[in-house]
Order: sequence, then C-alpha cells, then structure tokens
Amino acid sequence: MSMNTQGRPSTPGETASRGARKTFTGNRALDMEEPLIFEIGRTEVTGVDLAPPKPVKTRLGAMARTAPIDLPGLTEPEAMRHYVRLSRNNYAIDAGLYPLGSCTMKHNPRLNEKMARLPGFGDVHPLQPQATCQGALELIHELGRWLCELTGMASVAMSPRAGAHGELAGMMAIKAAIAAKGEAATRTVALVPDSAHGTNPATAALIGFSVKPVPAAEDGTVRAEAVKAALGPDVAAIMLTNPNTCGLFEPQIVEIAAAVREAGAYFYCDGANFNAIVGKTKPGDLGVDAMHINLHKTFSTPHGGGGPGAGPVVLSKRLAPFAPVPFVRKEGERFALVEHAEGAQSLGRVAAFHGQMGMFVRAFAYMLSHGADGMRQASEDAVLSANYIRASLVDLMSAPFGDRPCMHEALFDDSWLKGAGVTTLDFAKAMIDEGYHPMTMYFPLVAHGAMLIEPTESESKASLDLFIATLRDLAMSARRGETERFAGAPYHAPRRRLDETRAAREPVLKWTKPAPRPQARE
Amino acid sequence: MRYLPLTDDDRAAMLARIGVDSIDALFADIPAAQRLTDLVDLPKARSEMEVERLLGRMAARNMPASAQPFFVGCGAYKHHVPASVDHLIQRSEFLTSYTPYQPEIAQGTLQYLFEFQTQVAALTGMDVANASMYDGSTSAGEAVLMAHRVTKRRKAALSGGLHPHYAEVIRTLSHMAGDTVVTLAPDMQAREDVAAAIDGDTSCVVVQTPDIFGNLRDLTKIAEAAHAKGALLIAVFTEAVSLGLVQPPGAMGADIVVGEGQSIGNGLNFGGPYVGLFATRRSYVRQMPGRLAGETVDAEGKRGFVLTLSTREQHIRREKATSNICTNSGLCALAFTIHMTLLGEAGLKRLAAINHANACDLAERLDGVKGVEILNPTFFNEFTIRTPNTAFAVLEGMHRRGVIGGVRVSRLLPKAGLDDLIIVANTEVNSDEDRGAYVEALKASL
Repeated sequence: MSMNTQGRPSTPGETASRGARKTFTGNRALDMEEPLIFEIGRTEVTGVDLAPPKPVKTRLGAMARTAPIDLPGLTEPEAMRHYVRLSRNNYAIDAGLYPLGSCTMKHNPRLNEKMARLPGFGDVHPLQPQATCQGALELIHELGRWLCELTGMASVAMSPRAGAHGELAGMMAIKAAIAAKGEAATRTVALVPDSAHGTNPATAALIGFSVKPVPAAEDGTVRAEAVKAALGPDVAAIMLTNPNTCGLFEPQIVEIAAAVREAGAYFYCDGANFNAIVGKTKPGDLGVDAMHINLHKTFSTPHGGGGPGAGPVVLSKRLAPFAPVPFVRKEGERFALVEHAEGAQSLGRVAAFHGQMGMFVRAFAYMLSHGADGMRQASEDAVLSANYIRASLVDLMSAPFGDRPCMHEALFDDSWLKGAGVTTLDFAKAMIDEGYHPMTMYFPLVAHGAMLIEPTESESKASLDLFIATLRDLAMSARRGETERFAGAPYHAPRRRLDETRAAREPVLKWTKPAPRPQARE
Repeated sequence: MRYLPLTDDDRAAMLARIGVDSIDALFADIPAAQRLTDLVDLPKARSEMEVERLLGRMAARNMPASAQPFFVGCGAYKHHVPASVDHLIQRSEFLTSYTPYQPEIAQGTLQYLFEFQTQVAALTGMDVANASMYDGSTSAGEAVLMAHRVTKRRKAALSGGLHPHYAEVIRTLSHMAGDTVVTLAPDMQAREDVAAAIDGDTSCVVVQTPDIFGNLRDLTKIAEAAHAKGALLIAVFTEAVSLGLVQPPGAMGADIVVGEGQSIGNGLNFGGPYVGLFATRRSYVRQMPGRLAGETVDAEGKRGFVLTLSTREQHIRREKATSNICTNSGLCALAFTIHMTLLGEAGLKRLAAINHANACDLAERLDGVKGVEILNPTFFNEFTIRTPNTAFAVLEGMHRRGVIGGVRVSRLLPKAGLDDLIIVANTEVNSDEDRGAYVEALKASL
C-alpha cells in the first residue's frame, strides 16, 4: 500500500464573494439558523431523569389538571445546542465595545459570578431562621453601609428590585413624608425636566403625582431660576438626573437643592449616571433627598439581556423614617431583619422578601475588589474615555451643547447629517456591520436625532482608538454621500433590519401550531 | 487594578488629546465645596484572592438549604436545577448583553423571550404572556393596576389566602396611588366567600392557588361572580411547578394570571433575583405592563423577533405609560425557559407528581403524630399544620435536631393570633429519610 502523496489542497482556491451564495440549510458556516423549541421538541421527550413517584392517595381534590399543556421537551444535548446557537446571535460586552449611553455596559468580573454561587449565598432561603443566615444579613448591612458612605446619605432601602423600582420606593418615601406633614392634598406636583428618563414621569404618575416639565437651558442643563419659577406650595418633589442624560453635571445643583428644600419640597435624584461621580462627590453633600442606585450599572452586576437589576435607594435623614420594610439592623454582634414596622412611619413593603441578594453579592464583590481608590479611578477613567471620544469626533459630528467637557457619556445630535441622506438610525445600523453595538439613539429627547455614547472605564486605549477610527470612517462616508453603506445596514448581522411596524400592527406574541401541510411528493 | 485597562501613559495621552492638563479639569462642573479631595472612608482595592476569602467567610455563616432536611416554602422553593441551566445562562452572549434594543444583533435574547412567552401562556392556560417582571409580588401589584385601567374602577379585593407579602405590596402601591383595597381575613382552609367581597366598584379580586396555606382553590365560581359584577379575576401562584398537575387559572376563567417563576430554573438566592410571570387575555394585551417580544420578518423576509407594542411603555409614553417598569428579569427568564425545555411536558408532569407524592407521604406520616393537625382539605406540595405549642418553639426545637421544619405563620402575619401554625413545603429534593427525620424532630419538639 502506498501513501497518498497528493495531500489536501492548502491554498484558498477561488475567492468569489460570499454574499450571493445560497446554502441548502440557510446557515453560513458558523452563522446558523435555529428553529423554535416548538418546532424541534416533542411533549413526550425530557432532558431530566426523574424516578416515578410513590403511589399515594391524591390530595388534589377536584383540582387535577385535565387538559394537556403542550410543552415540548429536549434532551440535554439538544437543549445545549439550541441555546448555544441562540446565544451566538447576540452581541455582548464580552465580545465588544457596547457604548450604550445611560446603560453603563462595563465589564462584569467573573469573580462576582463565582461568589454569588457560593451555597452560603445562592442556596439560602429568604424565610429560613435568621440565626441560620447571619452572613447574608451582614452582607446586606455592609453593602448598605458602603452605599451610604459613597453617597453621603443617612440610610438606604435595599429591597427595590431595579432602578425604576427604586425610583418608585424613593418617590413613595417622599409622598409618605408629605402626608406626615399633612400636605398630601396640596403637594401633588412632581417637576421633571424634558431630558429625564421615561421612568421618571412614569413613576411620578404611578403614585398619583401630576408631572410638570422644567425647561432646560440652551446649554443642556437645568437652571436654578427655572426651578424656582416652577416651585410653589403645590410642588412635592423635583426629579433630576445628575449627571444628566446629556452627559453633563448640573452645575447649579446645590442651588437647586436649596431652593427645593426651602419651598418645602423634596429632591429626588435619578442615580442612573452615578458611575461618573463615584468618589468625586457625594449626592448627599449636594442636597439630594433620595437617589436610587442601579447596581447593574455602577456596580457591574450583569445586565443579562435586560435584567435582573437591583435598585437600592439611599435616603436623606428627613426621609429615612419612611423607608420601606424590610431592613437589617445591627444589634450588638447580631444582625436582625426587621420585616414589619407596625406603628412606625415606614411606607410599607414594595416587594416580597428582602431584595436582590444575588445582585448584592456581585455588587459587593465589585466594591471590595475596587476599594475606595479603584472606584474613584473607575469613575475618572469612564469620564476620561468619554471625553477622549468626544474630543476625537467633535470635528466631524455635531455636539448639541458645544465643544465642552462631558461626564461619562458624550452626546451628539444629527445636525451634521443634514442633507446627507443618512439618519441617526442608519448610522447606528452601519455600526453593527463594523462589529459594534450602536450607541443609545434618539435619547435624550432634548437633542435632535441624539447619539449618546458611553464607553465606560472597561476599554483599553487601543479599543477606544479603533472605535474612534471606525466612527470617523463612517462619518466621512456619510458626509461623502455614500448612502448605500447606511440605508440597507446592517448587511452582515444575523438579521437585516426587522419590520417593527408589522410586529406591532398584528402582534404575534407566541408560537402557534401551523395548519398541517400537504405531503410532499418525491 | 485588574479591571481597568488604561495605563498612566494612556491617561496622559488622552488628556493631551482632550486638551486639558489634569483629570480634575473634566470634573470642574462639580461645585468646589462639594468636590472630594480625599478618598471616601472605605478600604482600598483588594486582590481576587482576598475578596474570595472575605466573602467566603460571610457565606460560611449561612446554612445552605441543601445542608439538612429542609421544608421551607411560602413563595420560594428548593428544587433541583439541572447543571446545564446554570452553564448556559453564563454564556457571555446571554449574561453580558443588554435589553434587545437592536434586534439585528439580539435575536438570541428575543427568540428565547418569545419561547418563554409561549411556555408561560401554555402553562397558565392564557392567550398571551409578557417577557417577565421583577418577581411574583410586583407582578401582582402591576396586575391590580392593570385591572384598574381595564375596568376604570379603583378598588381591589384580596383573598385571605394571598401571600401576605404580595398583599402588602398591593396595599402599599394602592395606598400611594389613592386606590382602595379590601383584604379578607386569613383563610387557612379555603372557606372564605370571595364573591361576597365584590361590589359594583370592585375592579378585581386577587386569589392565589395553591394559596399561602397550600390549599388548591377552584376559581371558576369566583370568576363568574367577578364577571357578573364587571370585575376581573387575578389569579396568583407562587409555586410554578404546581401547574404541571393542577388546573391552570386560564381554564377557570382568570383574566390576569401572575406568579413567581423561581421554582423553575432559579435558585433560592435568599429571595432574589427571581422572575415574575404575567399572562392575560388577548383583548387586554395593550393594557399589559412590561416588555413583549413579537414575531416579524426582516428586510429579506426571514423570520425574526423584536420588542413590540412599546407604545405602552415608559420610554415612549412617559407619564401615560402602563407602568414605570423598564428592567425585566431576562436572565432568570432564560433559566426558567431552559429548565422548562429540559423538562418538557412529560418531565414537568412527573416533577409535579413527585412533589405532590412527597407532600402526601409526609402528610400521611403526620396523621399519626398526636397533637398535630393538618388543616388543609387539599394541597399540592405545601400544607399547614397546627401544633399544640407555639410554632416558634416547635421550629426552634426541630432546628436544634437538624431539621428546618417550615415557616411559622406568625412570621408572615405577626398580629393575626395564628401563633400555632406552620407552613410545610415538600419538594422533590426531600427524601424518604428527610421525611422520617421531620416526623422524629417534630415529635421531639412538641
């Protein structure tokens, strides 16, 4: 027998463009189509082996299920493949820069994941005896203490489950404080600037406040005069984001806070952008009465495709008595969980159990790792990186409030695209083809065609430089009128642009069995 | 600092490009009097090893549920979660992505949310489900607000079998919004007359099954009574596994179904993060809170998924939104849908049957314990016992004997005079020996 000396070809061969070539499966090598579980699974299949139950006399009464459920199952190898294939159609921070303004997509340290999965944290029941979960209560207490120190506030409510939920708890505390002063009937207005996150007016309205807008000045910030003009005996609170959604620190915030307090109202600060100022200033020193902290933003608990988050809300001394239950109190060496507050002024309970413990562990691991020095450095690097991007693009793209330093995010508008035949949306979609997640677009509403870029502190300079070079290339291309690069973008993503109008007009919100198809003839 | 890639040289070069000479120049808008010059009063950075040691020590002061026979439920349940679930949710592409605002590069998330919605709708017997809420209790609060929108009324009636935390969440929200809530007395044996609490101003009745005491409730008559007066029935569950074995609320006339999904795919985590399930009738979908994934096509006609009906949501509608919710519980919903897919219908039914059989077995053994009475006419995997001495003392005694015997009702309802009641949960993780230990520990603690 002789060896095959011919071997296999080792040169690339023909190099026709891949674009037009159709494949039998619809897959393109690593880029794979994946059906729905309902199209591949079967109701009699299971990936979990369970021994049959002991025969017993049932205690279900007349309540036993009668109809089938219609839930398909997959074995473990099939399930692994399904979800791994799905995952590959997602962009992620671990795969690339994710400059989504106001969302703080920073690196998620894996140590934090490991710590949250320690059985002493992950496998503890919220209602097991307090003597058996002293470490968990201590962690909640410690994390709360760190949050109070970082914010300069008197107390913290740990139970809110996300930023908007913390906002709700904070505004409830304000409402409870106003009621305690006998002003519930008169103070019914919440002042909210136009640049606010949508959650702010929605939260205020949810608990019966009417929303009154405060105009921003030409430079994107809120002026004390404008606030003073809006204040009156009917105003319960102002909801201000600081740094604001234009990426600017509110320079008159101290004056605003004083005016609000003097008018008998309270200052709610939206803490979504706290990442810019950790260790640089304390919201409590600025005169804030309540501020939620998105642990999933500032303290890097993973965003997980849209949650879970965690939204502890820090409170000033005058709001502290109204904090929701439960809370942890240190009694000597013991940590006590106070679950009921009869007779006290607590506003009540905002969620079952004691808060997002899994997120607390991750956030605390982040804080312990960084320490006072690392957290300040992180804020400085986040602000430095945003300014570096701003300074590197401002000659090509327009900044609505002029060429001035920003905080942790750089805001551009679309006036530089005027006449180019390219919109903010087109520009964002073209970024996808270049391997980037787009920036936040069309928010804040105060900038036309807004593009809000937040790089966070997690990027190396090389990464920032490539991102800047890419945006410059795209910007020049747009200015040259190369509209085809934008109008059809993305060309290379797992999907081209999706028809959102169709999705909303005739909503298909779940899979339904298709009508049986006629048999194919071979 | 291991998480910060910039070097001092990088920082200097970047400041030069920006055209300022120090980092402080970028923080000049912070009023000087409020600008921190020193570090905050907290410890400095620590190595990975140091953090691990510190947190490991804290974790060691907690007793994991798996460490001893464990019978605690009441809204959070110890179930076995297959290893592949936790492996898959830690895929970077799932773990470190944001809300799928750019659908072209988020089909992974959008498709699993669409699958999740379909599973939740099937499980509850409803037309549509959303892409998840924070947890069961906040879902219940949102359901009441939704019922107010649908009926244009502002009074809710809460069953005495509703989880007390859920009832408190609803009352807090309603009190703040200026709405009315009627709460029926604690009802250990599903004997209350919910229909009598409904009048012409009632927007909804909120009834849990299995209820907090473990009873299964037939919602059919309550639904009829509610509908006759123009009110909605909100059905609540805290044990999702029960739906493998008992009638789904959708089959009993519920208009909105909310529940806690922790049982499937998610660990105990000392109370969170969990995943709220929310389902309703098709006709109410535009009044529903929370995100929704919907099917559509892309520019080439290929099937794809997007977030849809967002004109209900706060980022578009602001103060007129159906809710202020923004974040959902995406990763916990992923864990739920993966575990559910692994189970499939056959697996879920068997898992539910094992839970029920284990609870029945313990109930049978307790029938022989003198002085202990099981209150429930029916149950799934959780029931309530009355003990001759206080529940607090009994549970302490059992704990000393190495068994965590359940939740005393007085912890949830401290002023109801129900100091002798214990709610006992039994899942597939409880073995024959565990139940034997339960009975022995209980006898010795009476």
